[in-house]
Amino acid sequence: MISDAPVIAGRPAPTGPPLVHAVNVMKSFHGNDVLKGIDMDVHKGQVVCLLGPSGSGKTTFLRCINQLETIDGGRIWVDGDLMGYADKGGVLHRLSDKAIAAQRRDIGMVFQRFNLFPHKTVLENVMEAPIQVKREPKKEVQQRAMELLAKVGLADKPAAYPGQLSGGQQQRVAIARALAMRPKLMLFDEPTSALDPELVGEVLTTMRELADTGMTMIVVTHEMGFARDVADRVVFMDGGVVVEEGPPSEVIGNPQNVRTKTFLRRMTEGG
Amino acid sequence: MSTSAAGSGSPAPSAATVDRPGVIHARPVRHPWRWVAIAIIVVLVAMMISSLVTNPRWDFGFAFEIMQQTPVLEGLWKGTVFGTIASMILGVGLGVVLAVMRLSDNPVLRGVAFAYTWFFRAMPRYVLLAILGSLGFLYSQIRFGVPFGQQLAQSLGLSTDLTLFGFSWNDISSTIWVGIIGLGLSEAAYMAEIARAGILSVDKGQDEAARALGMSSGQRMRRIVLPQAMRVIVPPTGNETIAMVKDTSLLTAVPVLTELYYQAYLFGQRGFKIIPGFVAATLWYLIICSILMVGQSYLEKYFGRGFGAIPKKTKEKLMKIEADH
Repeated sequence: MISDAPVIAGRPAPTGPPLVHAVNVMKSFHGNDVLKGIDMDVHKGQVVCLLGPSGSGKTTFLRCINQLETIDGGRIWVDGDLMGYADKGGVLHRLSDKAIAAQRRDIGMVFQRFNLFPHKTVLENVMEAPIQVKREPKKEVQQRAMELLAKVGLADKPAAYPGQLSGGQQQRVAIARALAMRPKLMLFDEPTSALDPELVGEVLTTMRELADTGMTMIVVTHEMGFARDVADRVVFMDGGVVVEEGPPSEVIGNPQNVRTKTFLRRMTEGG
Repeated sequence: MSTSAAGSGSPAPSAATVDRPGVIHARPVRHPWRWVAIAIIVVLVAMMISSLVTNPRWDFGFAFEIMQQTPVLEGLWKGTVFGTIASMILGVGLGVVLAVMRLSDNPVLRGVAFAYTWFFRAMPRYVLLAILGSLGFLYSQIRFGVPFGQQLAQSLGLSTDLTLFGFSWNDISSTIWVGIIGLGLSEAAYMAEIARAGILSVDKGQDEAARALGMSSGQRMRRIVLPQAMRVIVPPTGNETIAMVKDTSLLTAVPVLTELYYQAYLFGQRGFKIIPGFVAATLWYLIICSILMVGQSYLEKYFGRGFGAIPKKTKEKLMKIEADH
């Protein structure tokens, strides 16, 4: 098992409160509105793919969820916690860096450029956060780290440095590193965009396996096949708004909006 | 026309078995000017050696003797070596703090770091050391306490002057400690710039990845950013250390006389053989700096782990792992 989340046969119908509840999220950079009021609910165990042309705001939205970007408007709740602020009688107080760091612990993130720590071995990369952030006993963490590396198919590389691995291997280590914190939610920011075409498959396979364990995942991607096969829901964004969303069979298979149609046609022509 | 598709100039594939070009054994390009350059250098070096050997005023025998004199050795260890180590520790420590201040979000900290760097970079070390040595004229007692403590205590009718602790500057004014403070404060200004460049050289994604894992800003700096910045920081710091070895000769401005150059010079002067004194000091500086350069290359290898060439030990470890499965 990759995570501690319960294995769910098939994908559940969403019940109860959503794990991620975003309402009217707004963000601008230097007066340029990147997000213009995004609403999104993601339930536990769901896989949601964010699609859209570059500059549509999907990566920015993902980064807002774990507060790598500070939002200018709206609210994001993860597992009932208001992200980045404390609501004291209707007045929002910005949380301290420490409190924000604590909120991030339960959210794993995988980056486009892997961002492994190059001065640490593969095993040290995976063990770093549980030991430093959660202060878990080293032995326990090491065992878990080795299990995770085995899960992502890299049990033979614990002593390697990231620079000695291929892009696909590095990205799988990055997934193991995020999972070592036992997150409730995993965010993927174009995890295969920086990879050579022949290495994309191994990372997508790892992500598929993770989805099968019931992990809640939000994935920004251009991989239509992955979105079609794995996602419970596809959200198509353009110009900072959600243009269309629904099951992949509808959004990808039978898009209603003109912008979605144009984007999908371009994607299929390109690949 | 089916076989001549490759063109008429190249042999058809069928003829390849007979006349296919094999391994190349070409004559190398000749470099006649290299030999000319070597000849010139050999002559110049021979001239230099002959002057060193035949001019009795070099008096290397006396220079070697000076090198082994107790006051010279004492100056070497207590002044030059100790002074270098201590002021570099102060300089690097304070420099990293200044670099972090300079990169912080707090405008006051940024401003203070900038002003510090500006002042101490503009201040010649010799002048700084002379001023610190004479600071006793300005402040015979250095006291740390409440500002306007005396006046405040008087108006409140207290018997104390609200000093927390204090010491007499004159007690340390011509000791190595003043020299270390001066050289260290000056060095911190340069180290701040070096450390800042190192911190900025680390990819922003590294900090983001650490942030996403829930690490605090202190943990991110200590465990992720600084170790990688060291790769950029170490080489110029090695240069700074070597420069510091030589700058300890400025300690005479304090005045601190237990220092290599002054002691060697003194022996030369006393023996009415000024040159061997200089030679003795030069040879010691060469030895110390050579040792430091070796140490620097080890440090560079350590902090370069995970980048570029793989260290031999790691390679062996990896081979073993790969052989195991």
